[in-house]
Amino acid sequence: MNLEPLTSVAKKAAQKKADNTEPMPPETRPVHDGAKLEGMEPAAAPGPEIASRPRWDEVSVSQITPKMRAEGLHASFGSSEVIKGISLPIAEKLVTAIIGPSGCGKSTFLRCLNRMHEVVSGATTKGKVLLDSQDIYDRDVDPVRVRGRVGMVFQKPNPFPTMSIRDNVLAGLRLNGVKLKDPDGQVEKALRAVALWDEVKDRLAKAGTSLSGGQQQRLCIARALALEPEVLLMDEPCSALDPIATARVEELIHELRETYTIVIVTHNMQQAARVANFTAFFYLGQLVEYNRTQVIFTRPKEQRTEDYITGRFG
Amino acid sequence: MNLGAATYVRRNLIDRVIRALCVVGTVVALIPLFSVLYYVLVRGIGGINLDFFTELPKPVGETGGGMGNALLGTLKLVGLAGLFGIPPGVLAGIYLAEFGGSRFGRTVRFAADVMSGVPSITVGIFVYSLVVVTTKQFSALAGGVALAILMLPMVTRTTEELLKLVPESLREAALGLGVPKWRATLRVMLRTALPGIAVGVMLSVARVAGETAPLLFTAFNNRFWSSGVMEQEASLPVNIYTYAVSPYEAWHRQAWAAALVLLATVLILNITARFLVRSRVGAR
Repeated sequence: MNLEPLTSVAKKAAQKKADNTEPMPPETRPVHDGAKLEGMEPAAAPGPEIASRPRWDEVSVSQITPKMRAEGLHASFGSSEVIKGISLPIAEKLVTAIIGPSGCGKSTFLRCLNRMHEVVSGATTKGKVLLDSQDIYDRDVDPVRVRGRVGMVFQKPNPFPTMSIRDNVLAGLRLNGVKLKDPDGQVEKALRAVALWDEVKDRLAKAGTSLSGGQQQRLCIARALALEPEVLLMDEPCSALDPIATARVEELIHELRETYTIVIVTHNMQQAARVANFTAFFYLGQLVEYNRTQVIFTRPKEQRTEDYITGRFG
Repeated sequence: MNLGAATYVRRNLIDRVIRALCVVGTVVALIPLFSVLYYVLVRGIGGINLDFFTELPKPVGETGGGMGNALLGTLKLVGLAGLFGIPPGVLAGIYLAEFGGSRFGRTVRFAADVMSGVPSITVGIFVYSLVVVTTKQFSALAGGVALAILMLPMVTRTTEELLKLVPESLREAALGLGVPKWRATLRVMLRTALPGIAVGVMLSVARVAGETAPLLFTAFNNRFWSSGVMEQEASLPVNIYTYAVSPYEAWHRQAWAAALVLLATVLILNITARFLVRSRVGAR
């Protein structure tokens, strides 16, 4: 497997590490709606790398270049339907956040995007999920291959307890029987991409579970990235982390969106505002509103969205 | 809330009485264990010497001799039992843990539970008619099969229970990395549960090492060294039985020594198993 796309991210991560105390150079400065919301200075002009495509904050939902698209998706556990017909395009190489109160089907929806939903017994789906215009629920699509292209980071960090830090990073490749040409280089690349390299480079042989919660979560992200997925699904990746670890993961999401399409489920609305380009609001298994994050948080069209983001329910 | 001083005095009293009862119960439970250990040690230690481990039994009237053949025989029988019993047991355990929700799975689990309650002598008779009658001889092979049948339900259920203890999140992590289910099961779930399964397997080995009844008419006994697996085979438990019911004082001493060796073997297996668990927890 070729890890080349990681390099730019890795370089940035390394660069960032080097001038940690300095303000970020403009081209790596996170550009997002949330900055405005929080009264931070407005986003600087986009750097050369993202200038080539339309500025995402000028793109409306109807102009999204979708990497994935749910079409009339239903999902059930046994007889109870959790997702009741959701259609949602997911923009390529941008961050899409899914927010909503507990039990609204956010996580289930996410798990439908890489066919992890059906792993639970009694779980079924209806409808389509397109990945590059191919329906991943098509009968001749192997779910195992889908999961190789659409990676996932879970709510609780779940490194493999029997494996070292190094082996955890390589786990996805090894368990898939990939012959590794340069395992050390791949480990370093993936760990640099999640800005974990400097913290763990001297103890790669230690157990993955010996790390702190935030480090474990970044290790899990590195493990997912080592497989070079095209899409990265994150299911409340920060809910088990403290604010500092959360900030690091969010920073990471900013960097990763240069390379990956990211979908993040979050309970934390500030987090959605900080990291996401687009935000979808789910309620009782339905999509209530989907728009640019800035619009969702400043002038939502739906009353229910407004009630939720202003904390009137949920 | 204040329930009055008398209430608290009464509660403390009840607390003390119950605690005392628990201590007494524990002591009562430990008395047989330690008296067995003590008695076997005191009576058996006299018969232990190098000859006991290396020599063949001497005919009645001659002094000396040992149970080398029975010791080797027990190891051989247990080894065969492990060979026949562990692989299918572990595989069945994996099946139950992964697919045990089906009707068939529930039936298998129930059958395993019933099997672990079957008297061992019944298993002996079964193997007698199955193996001994068809091969027309008592053999280590038949003994191994009988012990394997006794191990099977223990190994199966231990494997299943320990696999179920592995957090589901690890399976999801593996599946989320695009790993096929069978590989996730073997390389993540089984790998994580392996130390525990090893302990369970060792305990079941220890358990069958002391079985006598199923060997009486499968491996039978042998006064000489046996070669291969198709000859009748001596074993410590059967020797203990034979020697203990004999009228000779020298044989009684040998039986006690054999009991001590058997007990020590089982104890060592148990302690090794527990040590394995502890060193694993420590390594985390």
